[in-house]
Amino acid sequence: MVERKVEVINRLGLHARPAALLVQKASKFKCEIKLQKENLEVNAKSILSVMALAAEVGSFVIIKAEGEDEAVAVEELAKLFEEKFGEE
Amino acid sequence: MSLRSTGKNRNKEVCTIHRGIAASPGVAIGKAFLLNREAVEVKEEKISENEVQREILRLKKALDETKKELSKIKEKVAKRIDPDHAKIFDPQIMILEDDFINDAVIERIKQSRNNAEFVYKKVIDSTIQILSSSQDEYLKERILDINTVTSRLIYNLLGIKHLTLESIDSPVILIARTLSPGDVVHMKKESVLGFATDAGGGTSHVALLAKSMEIPAVVGLKNIFDQVQNDQSIILDGTRGEVLICPDEETLKEFEKRRKYILKKTAELSELKLLPAETLDKRKIELSANIELPQDTDSALEYGAEGIGLFRTEYLYLAQSDLPTEEEQYQAYQGVADKVYPKSVILRTFDLGGDKFDAHTGTLYEMNPFLGWRAIRACLDLPEIFKIQLRAMLKASSKENIKIMFPMISETEELKKAKALLEEVKEELRKKKTPFDENIEVGIMVEIPSAALSADSLAKECDFFSIGTNDLIQYTLAVDRGNERIAHLYQGFHPAVLKLVKQTIDAGHRNGVWVGLCGEMAGDPLATVLLVGMGVDELSTSAMAIPEVKKIIRSITFEEAQELAQQILNLSTVDEIKKHLIADYAKRFGKDNKSKLE
Repeated sequence: MVERKVEVINRLGLHARPAALLVQKASKFKCEIKLQKENLEVNAKSILSVMALAAEVGSFVIIKAEGEDEAVAVEELAKLFEEKFGEE
Repeated sequence: MSLRSTGKNRNKEVCTIHRGIAASPGVAIGKAFLLNREAVEVKEEKISENEVQREILRLKKALDETKKELSKIKEKVAKRIDPDHAKIFDPQIMILEDDFINDAVIERIKQSRNNAEFVYKKVIDSTIQILSSSQDEYLKERILDINTVTSRLIYNLLGIKHLTLESIDSPVILIARTLSPGDVVHMKKESVLGFATDAGGGTSHVALLAKSMEIPAVVGLKNIFDQVQNDQSIILDGTRGEVLICPDEETLKEFEKRRKYILKKTAELSELKLLPAETLDKRKIELSANIELPQDTDSALEYGAEGIGLFRTEYLYLAQSDLPTEEEQYQAYQGVADKVYPKSVILRTFDLGGDKFDAHTGTLYEMNPFLGWRAIRACLDLPEIFKIQLRAMLKASSKENIKIMFPMISETEELKKAKALLEEVKEELRKKKTPFDENIEVGIMVEIPSAALSADSLAKECDFFSIGTNDLIQYTLAVDRGNERIAHLYQGFHPAVLKLVKQTIDAGHRNGVWVGLCGEMAGDPLATVLLVGMGVDELSTSAMAIPEVKKIIRSITFEEAQELAQQILNLSTVDEIKKHLIADYAKRFGKDNKSKLE
């Protein structure tokens, strides 16, 4: 399993569009991917679950992936966070 | 929301004013139309084991149907508004494709043998519950998205036809408990003059769509729906965020005037907004806005500002009467920079009395505060506090659209000291690998005569000048404009002031730095041609003055402006200069406009 802690730095947090982008990206991988914020853990391939994470700007999320393409998956998802989901 | 009676009407009907959130600007006047959409009650029903497969099929069919409906709306938005707005429907469609949820629903139908709509709602409700406990207002608003999708799906499961607003065809003001983005897209502008809802916030998709469709709207009114009756007369003011029920004749007349005025202004603005501020012979002037707080940015852009030429950061202090923390400052600077990107913002460091920075110094009594321990002077004496501000500015600069400006510089040594502090902060950030703009432009306010007179030397130490005429006038003429007995001596068109302005511009250009002007003179239509003629590169003014100044710039040539400037600089009294400027203005723009100048 691969894990990485990332900070939500886009201004509006994991609201609808970033959540949609994240789920679209996550769904491309075969491995199982979870996101954890504090003690809530959700499936990264489910938009409602990702939205329910209510990750606002400044919060920390742990990306956890398990399966054959786990390393690439974590790498690419972390990149989304770092690039603020393409928001200005 | 507040409620008050205007007390003017003589009828039994009480005129009331309701305050909500201004979601989309403009005024609408008309009859109320209540959108009566009863919330569908979802009942718990039991199904038998051999009905389970049929129930699952029913769910899948409804999911498909709903997805098709939303895709159609999305297409419509892409066509009617723009593809970017259409993307807001992607998350809604994805909710319907969320297999994690759908599988959970199917599993539960199998196990609990309940009807599909009941189970779906239950699963969704648990998600909504988590979201509603979030502290983040923006995330909370996403509950509306989820509810929209869910109710659409439930309508389809129950075979209820979703009433679209296309069927409204006489002009009305729509009043609803809540509206979805899909509803707004279906509105016809001729028939829905405006709308008001109990639910919603200013950043919702509903507000966004209403704005781009130019339908005035007020949302978040909490309980307007229960207070209005069909066909009641309504005034909806989407600019102020107010709804008036049953206004009297006088109020109606007043708002009809306001409605027309806003329409006219909007038309003028949108015509000018996208046009550059350039002379007929293509000399471009950067026309930007002065702001005091981050929230002023929207209106600045609305008036066509090409960036922010002066962010008076001390208002962050004045607004909360406490020195803002590094994080608060960072958020404020970043927020403005994000909004204006790719245009830029000039952040002026605190222009405050020294006692405001340092609690330990206590309130200072100064005989002459304007000649006292303030602005850059205090900042240089309190480097640890000053560095907090510089750090916040640098941290917000990674997109390379922030410039830093020091106020009240009176000599070159001061500028060097301020720059050395900035360099210290940069070095700290480099060590911590915090990104910032390595080539950030640094400039100064030229507002003290000594700075104007040392402009050649100062220009070698910075990237730009911004002439602060308000202070330059009062320091040059030794006039406190607040003192009524001598206020008449405060004259921006004093030949000495104009000479200092000209000298500063020339010195800047000789040394390769650009020169702006950010005092009130920048927004004075009478001064525009003169300033352009003196060679200024940028004018930063209050947002509202921008259209007028832009109109003037676009109607002259640089050559004739230079001629006028030459004539003016040869005159020796304030009266002569003013007369000449007024005559010139009247000649160019007609006598009608003369009244504006006096």
